[in-house]
Amino acid sequence: MIGFQTLFYKEILRFWKVATQTISAPILTSILYLVVFGYVLDSRVQVFQEVSYTAFLIPGLVMMSVLQNAFANASSSLIQSKITGNLIFILLPPLSWWELFGAYVLASIVRGLTVGLGVFVVTIWFVDLSSNFSNAAPLWIIIFALLGAAILGTMGLIAGIWAEKFDQLAAFQNFIIMPATFLSGVFYSIHSLPPFWFTVSRFNPFFYMIDGFRYGFFGQSDVDPLQSLLIVSAFFILLAGFALGLLRSGYKLRN
Amino acid sequence: MAAIQITNIKKNYAALQALDGVSLQIEEGEFFGLLGPNGAGKTTLISIVAGLIRATSGQVSVMGHDVVSDYRAARSRLGVVPQELVFDPFFTVRETLRMQLGYYGLKRNDAWIDEIMANLDLTNKADTNMRALSGGMKRRVLVAQALVHKPPVIVLDEPTAGVDVELRQTLWKFIGRLNRQGHTIVLTTHYLEEAEALCSRIAMLKAGKVVALDTTNALLKRVAGSQLKLRLSGAALPPSLHAVQIPTDSAYTVFRINQSNEIEPILASLRQANCVIDELHVEQADLEDVFIQIMGGATK
Repeated sequence: MIGFQTLFYKEILRFWKVATQTISAPILTSILYLVVFGYVLDSRVQVFQEVSYTAFLIPGLVMMSVLQNAFANASSSLIQSKITGNLIFILLPPLSWWELFGAYVLASIVRGLTVGLGVFVVTIWFVDLSSNFSNAAPLWIIIFALLGAAILGTMGLIAGIWAEKFDQLAAFQNFIIMPATFLSGVFYSIHSLPPFWFTVSRFNPFFYMIDGFRYGFFGQSDVDPLQSLLIVSAFFILLAGFALGLLRSGYKLRN
Repeated sequence: MAAIQITNIKKNYAALQALDGVSLQIEEGEFFGLLGPNGAGKTTLISIVAGLIRATSGQVSVMGHDVVSDYRAARSRLGVVPQELVFDPFFTVRETLRMQLGYYGLKRNDAWIDEIMANLDLTNKADTNMRALSGGMKRRVLVAQALVHKPPVIVLDEPTAGVDVELRQTLWKFIGRLNRQGHTIVLTTHYLEEAEALCSRIAMLKAGKVVALDTTNALLKRVAGSQLKLRLSGAALPPSLHAVQIPTDSAYTVFRINQSNEIEPILASLRQANCVIDELHVEQADLEDVFIQIMGGATK
C-alpha cells in the first residue's frame, strides 16, 4: 500500500510543480471558449428550456477539461518517463500492476477534477446560478465527473504504455481524444445534429459522459442518465481490464 | 541459498539471440564481476534479473525468489544501479530518494537517507533539483536510489563509466564496506583493473554465452601466466624458442612463462644463439590479458 501511495503522491506532485501549465492554462482556455461561444451564441441558441446557452456550455466545458486533463496526466507522465528513461525507477521496485494502475488513474482523476473544479468556479460568474441551475442534482455531477476522469485517466495510461515517442501520443490525442470530445455534445445537443452525425454520436462514449454530467446540472439531458451511467461504467470496466492486462503482461514496458 | 541463481536463460530479439543458455550461481556475500565486450549480453542479463525484461526461457531467482512468479519478493531484495544516467527532472535529490524508498513499500526514513547521502557526498545537494546536478552527482544519486531500501543484493551496471577519480574512490569505498557487511555485489564494468581489484569471482560473456567462470585468481593463473619481455639485438631468435613466443607488433620479443624457473632456460638459449639482451622485463598477466585471450583477440 505504501508503494501505491508513494506513486500516487509522486504523480500528484509532478503536475502540481508545473501547475501553471497543468491547471491554470486549461482553465484559461475554457474561459476563452465560454467567452467566444457564449457571447456569440447566447442570444441565438437555446438548447434546454429555462437554461441560457452560456449556462448550457459550462458543464460541457467543465467535463471537457476534466477529460482532457485526466488523459494528459497519465499519458504525459508515462511517455516522459519512457523517453527520459526514468521509468526504470517505477519498474525496478516491487509495485504490482494493480498499484501502477491505481496510482496513475487516481492521480489523473485528481488532476482532471482539480482543473474541472477550477473551470467551474471561474465560469459560474458568467451566468445566473438560481435561474439556470435550479434543478441541479450534485450526485450525478460527482458520479459522472469521477467516471469520466477515470476513463480518460485509463485511456491516458493505455496511450502512455503504447506510445514510444511524443509524436505517437500526439496522434492518439489529436485523432481519438479531441474528435471524440468535440463530437460529444460539449457545445450543442446532439438532437440538433443531422441524422448521420446523431447516430454517430450515439456510439461515442464521451457523449454519455457529458450528457450524464450535464443532467446533474440541469435535470435535463439528451438520454436517460441511468442509461448513460450504465454505458459509461461498462466502458470504464472494459478499458480498466485492458489496461490491467497490458500492465500485467509488461507490454512495451518490460521488453 | 544463492544470492542470484540463473538457470539456462535464453533471450531472443526477433532473429538476434542476445542470451544463449546462460547459467550462473552467485553466492551470498560475493563480489562478482560480469565482464564482456559491448553486445555480449551483460545488460540484457541484468535486466532479466531485475525484471526489466522477460527472458524467452529459463529461470532466475534472487535470494530464492523467482523474478517472475514471486517478483515482489525478488525485487525488494535487489538494488540496481542502471548504466544510463537517468533521473526525474521534477524532483530534488531528497524527494527522489524518499520516493524510491516508498516504492519499495518502506516508510519514510530520513535518517537512513541522510546517511546514504553523507556516504556518497550528496548532503549539500539534498535540496537541489536533479536537473541542476553534474553527471557525477547524478551517478551518485543513482547509486543512492539503488541502496535506499537496503537490498541484500546490489547490481551495478557500469557504475563508473565516465565518472571522475574522486567518485570512483568514494563509490568503491562505500560499496566495499557494504560487501564486507554481507551484501552481495554484482558488477559489470569495462574497467578491467577495477574488476580485478574488487571481484572475487568473474564470469565472462561473449555473444550471449558464458565463456569463462572462475575466481579472479584462478582466471589469472589458468589463462595467461606471466610474460617475459625482451629487447634483443645481435643474432636472430633461435627456432627452439618460437614455441613459447607470443606474437606481438611491439619492438619487444615476448615469451609466455608460467613459473619463474622457466626464465633461465630461455636466457640460456638466447646466449647460446649469440642474441644480445638490451632490456628485460617480467610482467604479471592481468585481467585484460585474460579478457583479450578469452574473447579471441591477441594477447598483449
